[in-house]
Amino acid sequence: MSDSYGSIMKQGLWENNVVFAQLLAMCPTMAVTTSGTNGLGMGLATTAVLVVSNILVSMIRHTVSSQVRIPVFVVLIASLVTVVDMAMNAWLHDLYKVLGLFIALIVVNCAILGRAEAFAVKNGVVASAVDGLAMGLGFTGALTFIGLIREFLGSGTLFAQASNLLGPSFAFLEMKLPGYGGALLMILPPGGFAILGFLLAGKRVMEKRMDERAAAQAEPAAA
Amino acid sequence: MIPTSLATQPIASPHAHGGNSVTRTMFRVQLALVPATLYGFWLFGWPSFFLWLLTILSCLGFEALSLQMMGVRRIKATLFDGSAFLTGWLLAMTLPPWAPWWVAVLGGFIAIVIGKQVFGGVGQNVFNPAMVARVALLVSFPLPLTQWVAPLPLGTVAAPDFILGLQIFLGNQAMPDAMASASLLGYTKTEMSRGIDLLHSLSGDHGALFSFVGTRAGSFGESASMLILGGGLYLLATGIITWHTPVAVLAGIAIPAAIGHAVDPAHYLSVSAHLLSGAAMLGAFFIATDYVTSPNTGNGQIVFGLGIGLLTWVIRTYGGYPEGMAFAVLLMNALTPVIDRFVKPRILGRDRKGKPLEIPEGKEA
Repeated sequence: MSDSYGSIMKQGLWENNVVFAQLLAMCPTMAVTTSGTNGLGMGLATTAVLVVSNILVSMIRHTVSSQVRIPVFVVLIASLVTVVDMAMNAWLHDLYKVLGLFIALIVVNCAILGRAEAFAVKNGVVASAVDGLAMGLGFTGALTFIGLIREFLGSGTLFAQASNLLGPSFAFLEMKLPGYGGALLMILPPGGFAILGFLLAGKRVMEKRMDERAAAQAEPAAA
Repeated sequence: MIPTSLATQPIASPHAHGGNSVTRTMFRVQLALVPATLYGFWLFGWPSFFLWLLTILSCLGFEALSLQMMGVRRIKATLFDGSAFLTGWLLAMTLPPWAPWWVAVLGGFIAIVIGKQVFGGVGQNVFNPAMVARVALLVSFPLPLTQWVAPLPLGTVAAPDFILGLQIFLGNQAMPDAMASASLLGYTKTEMSRGIDLLHSLSGDHGALFSFVGTRAGSFGESASMLILGGGLYLLATGIITWHTPVAVLAGIAIPAAIGHAVDPAHYLSVSAHLLSGAAMLGAFFIATDYVTSPNTGNGQIVFGLGIGLLTWVIRTYGGYPEGMAFAVLLMNALTPVIDRFVKPRILGRDRKGKPLEIPEGKEA
């Protein structure tokens, strides 16, 4: 059983990554990845919603008839997002001011309803929780990575204002490149699309190399 | 005097080759740019020469790198077809003449990698690569891209010599304030935002900005409007470009400018100021006429050109940026497939709606 959890994790983190493979949730991907901190915060908020919604959907999957499942799922997800929204407003107020509307918009993030439909409704509670965690962390990783690249190229900093999200003890993460004004375009939407395009191309090249290596290793064994 | 190869191998009509090629077309366009470029070197001195050289080298370098990464076999043939060379040259013409070295390198990267090779290389790009780079640089680095230098012709005392020019180019030497200047469009825009209308801002000292001959501040290639126009006419004469696009672009700028200036000369620049400033000439003859990114038909090119001209005028007059040619070209590039869809040539033997033509009775027999 542990093997299948491993493969669920692998699916979520790499092979079926929400951003880099499924190309879902493009709206928050483009809008909030102007810095690493924003990407991380948005990703963690989405992960929280995703894990809980997967668990709940998996628990009620036998009682809800398939005709009304979509509205039920949407109500569930909307309630969870409202909880996260209020919690962030209360405890992470500075980050909440930056992410603002996009927290409430997690409710229309197709990745969440997509995982409910594609996984949670067909699988047990524990597997669904693992899937939600894997997908969420994959999403968080992608958002943080894009955010860091855009932030570095666009304003010459790394994890600016990370203490807003993680508390003052993480202020050491904040870095600044001295004497670099930054390329404004990278902070603007075109920069997001360009970076995502290059990262997608990079992922494809990496996967091609890995396949070739696997094939090269398999060949002598077969012979 | 028939060459032997022709005599031994008769070529029938679909296989006859006019001898034209990408390389030859690109070479002619470069020839047409030579006078304005040389004039720019003279006017702005060594830094502008280094900028021109590095922009072209950067474009060639990134082209070679992209081809290498994509596994193209015949790198040399593609690399030296002249298209990357021309892209670099055109990009350099639109940059401020004393821009630092990294602007040239980054511009080459954006033009070739993002503007051209990502779409599939020569002939596949949706947007004009030089204009993509120009706009990306302008949006990213507003300050270095809008610092104009007063013309200091080579040989005059104030002009920087070779070593100082290199230092300015490498960014070790700050531009002396006395050499900073403003282009006509930028200057009038600033003055308008301060509440000074054109009648006052263009009187007195700043009348020199109007100098049609070209000794004035501006981009490397914008100062010598007349030489650009001459190069454009050479392209027309040799049949590299047709009249449709340039005439439509210039008309698209001139008509609204004439109306505006006639109604309120205090707020709208005159036709000649519009046509001879900024990238109007370069854009009309060299940028908008790019084969790849403009419509295929003459009528389509007229629609395309009028759109560019009108958008340029609108951006210059009401927009936040003093010059809008690059933005206008990119916007109309995006519309090119739509224009090509709606403006099609008539099919032989059919009318415009696609119905077969009626054959007159008498000729049937």
